Amino acid sequence: MSELLRMENITKVFPGVKALDGVSLTVKAGTVHALMGENGAGKSTLMKCLFGIYRPDAGRIRLDGKDVEFRSTKEALDGGVAMVHQELSQAMRLSVMDNMFLGRIPLVWRHLPFVSEMELYKRTREVLDELGMDIDPRAPISSLSVSKRQMIEIAKAVSYRARIIVLDEPTSSLNEAEAEKLFGIIELLRSRGCGIIYISHKMDEIFRIADEITVMRDGRYITTRPKYDITMDEIIRLMVGRTLEERYPEKSNELGEELFSVENLSSESAGLSEISLSLHRGEILGIAGLDGSGRTETLECIFGLRRHGGILRVEGRVRDIRSPRAAIGAHIAFISEERRQNGIFPVLSVQENTVISSLKKFNTGPLLSSSRMRAATMDGIKKLRIKTPSEKARIKNLSGGNQQKVILSRWLLTEPEVLLLDEPTRGIDVGAKYEIYKLIIGLAEEGRGIILVSSEMGELLGLCDRIAVLSDGTLSGILTREEATQEKIMRLASGEKV
Amino acid sequence: MNIFKRGISSIKERTLEKGRRIRDGARSFIEADTGEKIKRATSFALDNAMYIIILLAIVIIAIMRPRFLSAASIINIISLTAAKLPIALGVGGAIVLSGTDISAGRAVGLTACITASLLQSTGYSGKMFPALGTLPIPLVILIILAVGAVIGLVNGFFVAKFKLHPFIVTLSTQLILFGAVLLYLQIGGNGGQTLSGLAPSYTSFISGALFTVAGIPVPRYVLYSVLITLAVWVIWNKTTLGKNMFAVGSNEDAARVSGVNVFMTVVLVFMLAGMLYATSGFIEGARIGSIASYTGLNYESDAIAACVIGGVSFVGGTGKISGIVIGVLLLQIIFVGLNFLSVDQNMLYIIKGLIILLACAVDMRKYLKRA
Repeated sequence: MSELLRMENITKVFPGVKALDGVSLTVKAGTVHALMGENGAGKSTLMKCLFGIYRPDAGRIRLDGKDVEFRSTKEALDGGVAMVHQELSQAMRLSVMDNMFLGRIPLVWRHLPFVSEMELYKRTREVLDELGMDIDPRAPISSLSVSKRQMIEIAKAVSYRARIIVLDEPTSSLNEAEAEKLFGIIELLRSRGCGIIYISHKMDEIFRIADEITVMRDGRYITTRPKYDITMDEIIRLMVGRTLEERYPEKSNELGEELFSVENLSSESAGLSEISLSLHRGEILGIAGLDGSGRTETLECIFGLRRHGGILRVEGRVRDIRSPRAAIGAHIAFISEERRQNGIFPVLSVQENTVISSLKKFNTGPLLSSSRMRAATMDGIKKLRIKTPSEKARIKNLSGGNQQKVILSRWLLTEPEVLLLDEPTRGIDVGAKYEIYKLIIGLAEEGRGIILVSSEMGELLGLCDRIAVLSDGTLSGILTREEATQEKIMRLASGEKV
Repeated sequence: MNIFKRGISSIKERTLEKGRRIRDGARSFIEADTGEKIKRATSFALDNAMYIIILLAIVIIAIMRPRFLSAASIINIISLTAAKLPIALGVGGAIVLSGTDISAGRAVGLTACITASLLQSTGYSGKMFPALGTLPIPLVILIILAVGAVIGLVNGFFVAKFKLHPFIVTLSTQLILFGAVLLYLQIGGNGGQTLSGLAPSYTSFISGALFTVAGIPVPRYVLYSVLITLAVWVIWNKTTLGKNMFAVGSNEDAARVSGVNVFMTVVLVFMLAGMLYATSGFIEGARIGSIASYTGLNYESDAIAACVIGGVSFVGGTGKISGIVIGVLLLQIIFVGLNFLSVDQNMLYIIKGLIILLACAVDMRKYLKRA
């Protein structure tokens, strides 16, 4: 088998974080190459460097023996590299064929700006038939299921006659039959001599379709082995790497009486059914699960951001929580995963970002007391060791870790008993992560209850007293700290019983 | 008294800090090499383009027409600024929410009509409501504030409840309000005529002399406008509503997650705006002296221009009262100055349009640079 793609010593630095540190990857023609690593290991960054979304700071990429340097996704597509993204970015209102040929729509005559609908239909039909997909090219994308939309993205990659096709967690939104169909298509592409880079967390899939496996960790290349030369346990060990003790502060929190519980939480919009959890004072309860298993949605229900059924109790009292305001009234705080989208107010100052959820506290008559708001902000800056030039600095100029601390400071002002933390360390560098972990344990020590959603296995194992595992919107099991292992969590997350 | 002292000391502190910043900036500028100097100078010039152009304009006009800087002319500029300021403050709030309000001018028109009709002299032959007499001024103020609040309530409700873009909502209310003005002017056999013959108590309450400078009277409404501006400053900076307004404008999703009542915030900001238009209508009635259907036409475009010049960004979440005051003032300086230069009235529209375009482009440049 000939070598199709070689990425050598790729390095990519973001402000404050070395996302990739001399990573190499070689893909042979007619093979499926699995790329594995924890979230944040740098898999997506590496693929974005290949696909022309990022430009690597060092290293080179050879495709078919020629050096290439893609400066945009268009160049990458024209050069024979296609990528099917984990989150689909399609023009929902346009038709299947418009989406497939977006950016290169066939014209009636190439000197006139008129689209040839006939040609467009014919070419789309050809690609779909070739892959055995029964989809109407004229149907609007919005009328299709997520799995069909995923198939269309793959068809689009094929329509570019791509030699290298990157699939990023392609089965995360597919059911078994649909996944089966996808594997058929992958087989077809492999037989044609394409090189396929396959990113997935699902071990059984990897062992079924991959020929070779490359493991990455913390932005570094670890190893590449043929499938028959490596075991599942070995992969997990290589992915996690370090022992947990070095990465997480010592736990000193003690559990008290029950603080919060939720019974039979269900939500149609989020696909959750009958999730029951309880949380004690001083406890850190982890929620694990694959993408799309309903982790974030569970927190959103508890915080009143989503319509839900079920009974919520805080300190023994049943609470009807239909809005974030009601949740805050019940002493629940929520730190969202999307810090930029619904966490920070970018153009406002650190002070305004700190006090926004507890303005009532600072009222003197109808007016707000600037001096007290400032004092509270300074207090938070000192306590959480937030690095900022002053309380008046715009929050968007702070680093991710410090922004997260400001948000934590905001919520501490509301005097919460229950803290819902959704991926609190996403996009934060290792040093700042350790500080956030210390803060979380400190909060538990003070007798608060914490529910921590994380896709980093190590974070859950290192911090939590118990770990609830979700699978497809249902609770598939709760593991205590003593019995929890990465493998057990993985099994529960994929729906198996332990 | 204590608050007063603290206020003064904080202003002092801020001025000192500003001075320090300028000195530091100047020093680092002098130390930079030539290429860097040119780059920073152009960037400074572009960031402050509006101010530089307007300063140049004042200097040129003052040289060509020295009377431009006479007491009468300056008081005229200040009075015009005072009259237009409440509208800009109202529109400013909507822009901070990252919206806009183009119904402002027609809202001023309607409230001015209502005010005038209720405050005509008893003996005036063309009185719209002959049986009503002249109502007491405080009652009329309450009535038109209520009218303004209802206009704002409608705007805010449709924006907040149905997530419609404020442009569409206020475009609709603009048309509705104009229709309402036309219908209102038909009442009581008025037949769409201009409303005049205003009660002297009303005109003197608004336009009477507050004090005189060099024999030129400063009208009372300047004081009212100052008081209104102070009140709006307090609302923006010292109340929960103000903080919430900036939060919603900066990041609506984050505001909702933070427990801000987004719906109420939007509704209240638009209601405040409506009430500000109403006070403007109340002032305009007596200031102009005769009210017709076209009163208030295009006032919103001046107000939006003033806000943008003053740094209230359409990106949302940023803006200061002081900026709006300066924006309105600068715009009036330009208009009065162009009158002094006997520039064709029709030319004024073209110049206004160019100013808005330039101000927006300069404003966006600040945000694009950081992206």
